[in-house]
Amino acid sequence: MTIQTLEPIIRANPFFQGMDDRYIELITGCAKNVRFSEGQVVFREGDPADQFYLIRSGLVSLQMMVPHRGLTTVMTVGDGEVLGWSWLFPPYQWRFDARTQEPTHALAFDGKCLRTKCEEDYDLGYEIFKRFMQVITERLESTRLQLLDVYGNDR
Amino acid sequence: METIAEQPAMAPMGIDPMLPSQYRIQGVRQETDDTFTLELLPVGSGNGFSFAPGQFNMLYVFGVGEVPISISSDPDDAPAIEHTTRVVGTVTKAMRLLKRGDMLGIRGPFGSHWPVEDVAGRDVVIVAGGIGLAPLRPALYRLMAEREKYRKIVLLYGTRSPEDILYRSELEHWRGKFDLEIQVTVDRAASTWRGNVGVVTTMIPRAPFDPSNTTAFICGPEVMMRFTVMELQKRGVSAQHTFLSMERNMKCGIGLCGHCQYGPVFICKDGPVFSLDHIAGLLSKAEV
Repeated sequence: MTIQTLEPIIRANPFFQGMDDRYIELITGCAKNVRFSEGQVVFREGDPADQFYLIRSGLVSLQMMVPHRGLTTVMTVGDGEVLGWSWLFPPYQWRFDARTQEPTHALAFDGKCLRTKCEEDYDLGYEIFKRFMQVITERLESTRLQLLDVYGNDR
Repeated sequence: METIAEQPAMAPMGIDPMLPSQYRIQGVRQETDDTFTLELLPVGSGNGFSFAPGQFNMLYVFGVGEVPISISSDPDDAPAIEHTTRVVGTVTKAMRLLKRGDMLGIRGPFGSHWPVEDVAGRDVVIVAGGIGLAPLRPALYRLMAEREKYRKIVLLYGTRSPEDILYRSELEHWRGKFDLEIQVTVDRAASTWRGNVGVVTTMIPRAPFDPSNTTAFICGPEVMMRFTVMELQKRGVSAQHTFLSMERNMKCGIGLCGHCQYGPVFICKDGPVFSLDHIAGLLSKAEV
């Protein structure tokens, strides 16, 4: 598949909505199609984080090994969602394991390449950070709701 | 559309709403670790008992006390009814000990209902949290009974863990019919769970419905409903077409005692089902 075919896919995703054409083009240059089979590890906790993913179809679990509880899924990421922001922040290491629950088709973006481009062009950096901050904010909000354990007996 | 779902007759004419009718337990189903369903039949004719989806009954465990519980069965099966409840207090603890053949007192049905008849030709998105699925189940039955009247029907259901999923076999049955989109998520799960993990609100941005032609029914813990409303509004679902089932400490069931006052309304009489534009200002007020 050629790089040009990825551009409309990237442009159509709400994550990149409103982004300037030249940045879409640049980001497309850092993207490639990837496929994972069911149960495949996408990344492991502690490994270098040098990519992020846009899930086109499928479901990925973010998991952590918890003593006395075993491997625990803390959230899942599905169609149209972004997976991974550790590539943006030092020490650029994954904090969780990511494993597919079903065959998954995604776009993988070269985080190292994008980091360099963000350093060279702060406007691009702002656009990228703004979008990731939105994802981080939403996930923080969701995590807070999970912590509230609203389905307990307090209803 | 009315701001409050139009109320059907509360109880058959001539029946004292404060007088319980006798019901016999036909069966008790353990749904989850702390949740069970009572299958009930009236003793005698049932006096023409019927109900609308979303209404509730006052269930009286003789010698113990009375609690309000939503009716969770198919309205077309009435006067046979089901109530799903969680063991949370003295009365529900006593209720859990009841067996097939035991008797219960029931007053009702009370309150407003999901405006199922008014949403023909629209997408319907149902967002349920935890045991909040129980009051929505009759609406699902009614929608599925006349499936051709509606456009997309989407059920987004969130609960604490895979073990806490209510009506599991029924959800699987409905999912298999392919004319109802069902998405289930849990707040926590072991790695063996093959489904979504995360709060139910995270499913709203990508759920398949047309916001400009959607009616939403929401029931669950209030915090969950507040955040659900926010997500639905982000998608563009109007307050007028968003309905919530509220819960307070109901006693009389007919708006006399004031226990369930919620700002200017009574949950038992004016609710429990309200349109969002009727109660939007109250949702985030700690004082009510």
